Amino acid sequence: MDLTIILAAGVASGTVLLFAAVGEIFSERAGVLNLGVEGMMLMGAVVAFGTAVATGDPWLGLLLGTLAGGLLSVLHAVITISFQAEQVVSGLALTFLGSGLARVIGEDLSKAGAISLLPKLTVPGLSMLPGFGPVFFTDQSVLVYFGFIVVPLAWYWIGRTRPGLHLRAIGESPTAADSLGVDVVRLRYAYVIIGGLFAGLAGATITLAVSPGWFGELTVNGQGWIAVALVIFAQWSPIRAAVGAYLFAAIRRMLIDIQGPDQLFGAPNPFYFNHTLTFFLEMVPYLLIIGVLVAVSGEAIRKRLGAPAALGVPYVRGERGH
Amino acid sequence: MTTTSPVRLPARGSRLPWSLRLERRLAVPRWLPVATTAGAIIVALAISGLILWIAGGDPVAIFVHIIGSSFGSLGVLSDTLVKATPLILTGLACALAFRMRLWNIGAEGQFLMGAWGASAVVLIPIVPAGTPSIVTIPLMMVAAMAAGAVYGAIPGFLKAVRGVNEIIVTLMLNYVALFWLSYWVFGPWSEGGFQLSRPFPPEAWLPRLSDAAGAVPDFAGLTVHLGLAFGLVAAVIIRFFIFRSRRGYEIRLIGDSPKAARYAGIDVTRNTIVVFAISGALAGLAGMSEVAGVVHRLQQAISPGYGFTAIIVAYIAKLHPYGVIVASIAFGALILAGREIQPSGIPAMIQGIILFSLIASEVFLRYQIRLERREA
Amino acid sequence: MSDPQADQGALAVEMRGIVKRFPGVVANNGVDFDLRAGEVHALLGENGAGKSTLMNVLAGLYRPDAGEVRLLGKPAEFRSPRDAIAAGLGMVHQHFALVPTQTVTENILLGLHQPRFRLDAGRYDDEIADLAGRHGLAVDPRARIWQLSVGEQQRVEILKMLYRGARILILDEPTAVLAPQEAADLFRTLRSMVADGASVVFISHKLGEVTQIADRVTVMRRGMVTAAGVPIAGTTTSGLARLMVGREILETIDRTSFAPGPVVLAMRDVEADGDRGLPALRGISLDVRTGEILGVAGVAGNGQSELAQVLTGLRRCSRGSVTVSGVEIGNRTPRDAIIQHVAHVPEDRTGVGTAPNLSVADNLIMKIYREAPVSTRWSIDMGAVRRFANRLREKYSIAAPSVDTQARLLSGGNLQRLILAREIASEPKLMVAVQPTRGLDVGAIGTVHRLLLDQRAAGAATILLSEDIDEVLALADRVAVMYEGRVVGLFDAADADVAEIGLLMTGGGASTAVVPVVVPGVA
Repeated sequence: MDLTIILAAGVASGTVLLFAAVGEIFSERAGVLNLGVEGMMLMGAVVAFGTAVATGDPWLGLLLGTLAGGLLSVLHAVITISFQAEQVVSGLALTFLGSGLARVIGEDLSKAGAISLLPKLTVPGLSMLPGFGPVFFTDQSVLVYFGFIVVPLAWYWIGRTRPGLHLRAIGESPTAADSLGVDVVRLRYAYVIIGGLFAGLAGATITLAVSPGWFGELTVNGQGWIAVALVIFAQWSPIRAAVGAYLFAAIRRMLIDIQGPDQLFGAPNPFYFNHTLTFFLEMVPYLLIIGVLVAVSGEAIRKRLGAPAALGVPYVRGERGH
Repeated sequence: MTTTSPVRLPARGSRLPWSLRLERRLAVPRWLPVATTAGAIIVALAISGLILWIAGGDPVAIFVHIIGSSFGSLGVLSDTLVKATPLILTGLACALAFRMRLWNIGAEGQFLMGAWGASAVVLIPIVPAGTPSIVTIPLMMVAAMAAGAVYGAIPGFLKAVRGVNEIIVTLMLNYVALFWLSYWVFGPWSEGGFQLSRPFPPEAWLPRLSDAAGAVPDFAGLTVHLGLAFGLVAAVIIRFFIFRSRRGYEIRLIGDSPKAARYAGIDVTRNTIVVFAISGALAGLAGMSEVAGVVHRLQQAISPGYGFTAIIVAYIAKLHPYGVIVASIAFGALILAGREIQPSGIPAMIQGIILFSLIASEVFLRYQIRLERREA
Repeated sequence: MSDPQADQGALAVEMRGIVKRFPGVVANNGVDFDLRAGEVHALLGENGAGKSTLMNVLAGLYRPDAGEVRLLGKPAEFRSPRDAIAAGLGMVHQHFALVPTQTVTENILLGLHQPRFRLDAGRYDDEIADLAGRHGLAVDPRARIWQLSVGEQQRVEILKMLYRGARILILDEPTAVLAPQEAADLFRTLRSMVADGASVVFISHKLGEVTQIADRVTVMRRGMVTAAGVPIAGTTTSGLARLMVGREILETIDRTSFAPGPVVLAMRDVEADGDRGLPALRGISLDVRTGEILGVAGVAGNGQSELAQVLTGLRRCSRGSVTVSGVEIGNRTPRDAIIQHVAHVPEDRTGVGTAPNLSVADNLIMKIYREAPVSTRWSIDMGAVRRFANRLREKYSIAAPSVDTQARLLSGGNLQRLILAREIASEPKLMVAVQPTRGLDVGAIGTVHRLLLDQRAAGAATILLSEDIDEVLALADRVAVMYEGRVVGLFDAADADVAEIGLLMTGGGASTAVVPVVVPGVA
């Protein structure tokens, strides 16, 4: 159990959650809940991997995987924005469809051999920083570095720019935005699709960088749902989402590493000697998510924070009460 | 002003000579929901067929195969009903919770916990070997429903008291339930190190139609078991509960408008927990019916995602208990036939497309859609 | 914009033959309307007369089914509010279109093409403070909308239009949410704008303020114009009223003499927090007796909603006691209030008062579904429900095809009849009526008033919370004035003075002095 290895692995695999969560933040900030992250990630993962297997070009895989996620999200956009359907159900349908389609596409991919992955980089200079260097800047995939850039950009976009002002407005009060000529429908489409592209990217990150290969639904294994939970934990802030993603992934890695040594804190390691006990370790990340949500809901009540006011509510122009 | 203002589909900058105009419907004719559901399913099958065709399959052959291998004879019809049984119970679990707009996505986990609870009765064992069915089976039912109810009440409690998003909690609990089950079948209850328990004693088996083959020869080989009766009886009870009981009225009121319900003096917190518990109990009973009626032992792979398919079942049924029965039989057929269909993702894909086309079709219930010529 | 002097007297807006239909209603039926530059033009009419629809057509929110709009002599076709704003025409709606979590500046900048990308709030804050100062619209650009009073929010709406260079401003019932003094401030602002060459359309159904602010008036009734652009100087209030409703308004309401009985509602030192955790009620003590209507007057947002919620168990109080016939109901549940026969006609009819997708019958049994004969211990007797619902539907003339009709399909007036029918059927000891006539047409208002007075005659204690001083004075036996969560004045309605009440409503009275409980003598 080496803390640096655990944290570095957390940053690497946390990048998957980070992309998915940032995408979902964009979508939810615009007022559209998209529970189909898991399905979009699976599509992104399978298309990216399949492309890399077929062409040998991971970069093309990255591009097409990202687009696949975006393409699937268009469906959600049409159904929830134009048809004004229940967003929860549409998101679930997207998950069914995405995982079904991904399994159809990935039919023969589980037997595929190794692919060439996206390059890993060590940043000269920064990697020498004590503590931070080995965790963040040593032998990490290019996508990890892309994640470092995406988070502050997303934060700046949402909070400090004119388009961000419009984004926040359509999620909080679409009527107000519409009355001033902000095209609510068009912007919601755009942000739902941006969310989908990020989910596709997250899926591609799994198969091209973090844990290459296609294992059916286990490839993503619920990380889409965890990303949705992270957004709530992050209170719709990309920076909090990034911290949460890295930490969560690090904890998950730690739970694996715990099973390794025969001694744990000077005592015999129960997980080493009785392997069935590890099922309890596997529960921990999911219980942790529940625990975090319970804690955050308390904080949200106390500080009166909350989801974007119009989250989940279809926008219907000109409809008013009596 | 009135709530009848027209809305337009996004058409800004469009060069088309027509535009779609949506007008809010004032009243919905009775036949329309049935017609749109039927239409949606037909469209979904057409789209699925198209995808299969593009993927190089023969959609007609596949659909014919699905129908033939699920309704083609008394024997396969019986197998279809066996697959429909857990769907009816989990579908009812979802329909009830969705009525109150509680998104219980955790029927899968509650199903697993129910299966575990029922198994505990004979595997721990709680009753000594040789206890007659008349005692063992009711006890297994109670244990399964209790396990499911407790497991359902957890997200209900967190939602009601702390406002925690129930979708996430129920989903996470699905994973936890699977690991919990895995621990028992890999560990304490493992038979010879395999990932399944020893078989249940026959006293813990739900009676099958084939058991009566001595009296009615036609029943020979029919696998339909008592669990189907559980499902049908539960549907009747839930229908009465939703539409004729006081608590059912409260649930419908909360589902439509929580604020109005509070105003009417209804305890929303309590109802949230109660409905989640009932929902969990139904899903738990489904788990019991599956281990005691079909596999007769506890193993890790006892559900091909019944708890998730239940969500679609509930939706197709428009959350009506009797509709759940019909939809369950249709999806039972899809699951049964789907086992032989390659690639294995096709049934899930078709389910997703059906669900999508269903919710898309609801726009026809809310709006009248007119095509009109664009003004110059 | 051209020289204001040159525009003087010219037509800023010309609307000809406007027709606008909604399913089942012709809201505007061939309406003509002229607006001159540099005038305040009042658009007068009852609720539902088609005033707002006409102006929504002008402001680009609705597209007319027929007719023509000309702006400064040139044909104008607005496809959206954005087009109208670009042409210098802005509308302030009754329901403000503001983003509560954003600052004043952010709300004003919303939808503009500037800044190009980076949002430098500080620079715009100063610019907006300057604009606000010039027009006498005091508001802090850095404040978030939810922190502002309703009057301030209205100023933000006006600023939003001015910042966009609007020269034609449409205000939809702007004084409905204002205290008299705030209204006077608004009128000053409007006067300074028209003096500057801008034009204002002022939608209202209040005759008094129309004669006070307008240069000309157009009166509408049932989608048609009954008086077009009449100079205000040549009109009389009663003449306008006749044009508006087609008959003389009967200002007097028949009522029996005031004969209060024992105290039903007793509130002592009640304190409660509002939705944002800030104190909303700060030590309220009130008594209401049987056979009495206590009117509560006040500007929106001074604690009236919270008061009603505390009385009906929907909000917790942090201090004090609320008793009905001696039984404590404060800090209990809504159910406890219902058990004590506290009836509630809520402010929000569609969100709180009814469940829109449930049937009329289901909505009518909301308060009695636990009781015989409608229900037994577990089940609900559908036959009894239908009989009960049909009886109420006939008795209160609820216009619905059947009791199975969804509540959302009822008109506002019928919805309010449904709510009143239900609440009266629960045999109230205390009736809490919040804004019971807002948004209703004259006929429905009359029904609501009659039903409230019937309850008074039947011995109910009634507390009527309304922002309409005239309504309060017409119905109430006593009037309490609320300001910032306190009762700042308590009068017998007979000798209440509108001017004094208006002053108290805006904190002009001894706002910090807590008025002691006045136990009314027999009037």
